[in-house]
Amino acid sequence: MTPLLISAFTVVNALGRGNAATYNALRNRQSGLRPCHLPFADLDTHVGEVAGLDDVSLPPHLAHYDCRNNRLAYLGLQQDGFMNAVAAARDRYGAGRIAVILGTSTSGILQTETAYRQRDPVTGALPEWFAYRYTHNIFSSGDFVRHVLQLTGPAYVISTACSSSAKVFSSAQRLMALGFCDAVVVGGVDSLCATTLYGFSSLELVARRPCRPADANREGISIGEAAGYALLERPDSDSHANAPALLGCGESSDAYHMSSPHPEGAGAMSAMQRALSSAGLAPQDIDYINLHGTATRANDAVEDLAVSRLFGNNTFCSSTKGWTGHTLGAAGITDAVIACLCLERGLIPGSLNTNEVDPAFSSRVVVENREQAVTRVLSNSFGFGGNNCSLIFGAPP
Amino acid sequence: MNMQIYVDGIGVWAPGLAGWAASREILAGGKTYQVVSLPRPSPALLPPTERRRSSNTILLAIQVAEETVECAAANPREVATVFASSSGDMDILHDLCAALALPERQVSPTRFHNSVHNAAAGYWSIASGSQRPSTSLSCHDFTFVAGLVESVGQIAAECQPVLLVAYDWPPPPPLHAKRPLSAAFSAGILLSPRRSEKSMAALSINMTMSGADHVTKMSDAELELLRCGNPAARALPLLAAIGRRQPDTITLDYLDDNNMRIQVTPCV
Repeated sequence: MTPLLISAFTVVNALGRGNAATYNALRNRQSGLRPCHLPFADLDTHVGEVAGLDDVSLPPHLAHYDCRNNRLAYLGLQQDGFMNAVAAARDRYGAGRIAVILGTSTSGILQTETAYRQRDPVTGALPEWFAYRYTHNIFSSGDFVRHVLQLTGPAYVISTACSSSAKVFSSAQRLMALGFCDAVVVGGVDSLCATTLYGFSSLELVARRPCRPADANREGISIGEAAGYALLERPDSDSHANAPALLGCGESSDAYHMSSPHPEGAGAMSAMQRALSSAGLAPQDIDYINLHGTATRANDAVEDLAVSRLFGNNTFCSSTKGWTGHTLGAAGITDAVIACLCLERGLIPGSLNTNEVDPAFSSRVVVENREQAVTRVLSNSFGFGGNNCSLIFGAPP
Repeated sequence: MNMQIYVDGIGVWAPGLAGWAASREILAGGKTYQVVSLPRPSPALLPPTERRRSSNTILLAIQVAEETVECAAANPREVATVFASSSGDMDILHDLCAALALPERQVSPTRFHNSVHNAAAGYWSIASGSQRPSTSLSCHDFTFVAGLVESVGQIAAECQPVLLVAYDWPPPPPLHAKRPLSAAFSAGILLSPRRSEKSMAALSINMTMSGADHVTKMSDAELELLRCGNPAARALPLLAAIGRRQPDTITLDYLDDNNMRIQVTPCV
């Protein structure tokens, strides 16, 4: 594929608002995971909650989109000068030439959960205030974001569980290659809700203590929430000489099971291979792999198998879920922004909360931070339904 | 941009439209459309236990995916997929939200993993054995055109066929008041980058900003109601144009003033 410049990027997650908050927490090895005290979940677990969402107000003309997910989406847009960067791109290309492709797993389902607790006791009707289209519908965040950014190009929201906001990069680069648009705002928004907290708990995949990726005694995920965005442009666009670039994308399906990964990691391996080949790179060209690394028994074991088959024991790898929690539909963009920060500032984060790397693992999991030049990062995102996506970020060629 | 692709197969399932073979003449205007209720979809590809357990939404999507691939005589393992649904599986979302409204908040693990928007895509890849890339998306009422945009991108980038399945099943009562869909509808279309002996029609696709006035409607009043009543049924003008087997240009509506203009040229 033709590399695309990432001329602006930002993220909000449990580590704080904006890129600096995430970078500083990574560097200082401070986790964003805290005991769960959410009003809608009475569970003994840790979550990666974004502070202050109750105080976020949407612009008055977009008040009908109000829900936790769109508040998080809006908070994300306001960091790191992202809205200014998009406004400048809008001036360059025109509002109709910029696409918006976001990812989410559950969108604003928390709003529907709340509405179901307020059904009319006689008719069962949902309350008047509940606006399904603007809050819970999968497209809601995409619709909201294009209105905030005043963009009128093509748009849709991808929802493939935990690979959603990685796949947005693949779709974006294809639409750019086709000439459907001149720039794309990609991103992902997923917020905490009872559906995922109780749902993953019912599958016995949620850890009580903060998640411990790749640890011999890992016991499951910590669920987090996040919003993140990236502005993708062609490399010929001026004035972004030092911006990181999207170099490769690879996607695959496991065709194995709805909620368990392929036992030999066939889908994960194929996604990584496709990403390498689309970037025209070999495994040794990758300095760091940001693992999907959810800290479930199955995910981490299978991902280790796939990574070690392709990369041997040579390439540094780690998961950053110990900092952010698993932000599900926003995991792809969260890890993409982390990859860009690692490239820009020369950091390989060592897996947090990992006391003892699983002795059965063969890949080179790092547990201490390394400050060194990083030129190419591969980022994995795998989702329910066996949906896999690997991305490669690096300095523009 | 102007992109030329080929239609190798079609599938359809809606009241009065039980499969492409039975529907082509109706959509082409040669036979009268009659709204008759349909039996529960029953895709042969799913094992019987899975078929019994699966929700209407999943059965609908898999049935049409299966018909489309058979119509194109394609090997499903060699076909990437785009599953386009405005709302996903509203029966499951209803069950989950109803369960979470009770004091015990007991969620079924199977219901939970079936609640993901890509559940139909997951079941299709497992049943067909396809390890090719698969994308599930939504664009509210414009989900079908968004699915076409994503499919065209994949075809251009990978030079491989793509199966697009658009589907939406009407939500159960409390949600139906908030998202009223008039009937179940699914359309499948197998798109290929190359012309072959299987090609039914060539599509030349353009994005325009021509506005809502130019959108192609169905001439039959009942079919027009269906087109407006389910986001997946926005595919009807394209299916009708292919079914007429005559050159035609249609316009499908998309966000704001964006439209997709499709020049349809029969290959037979």
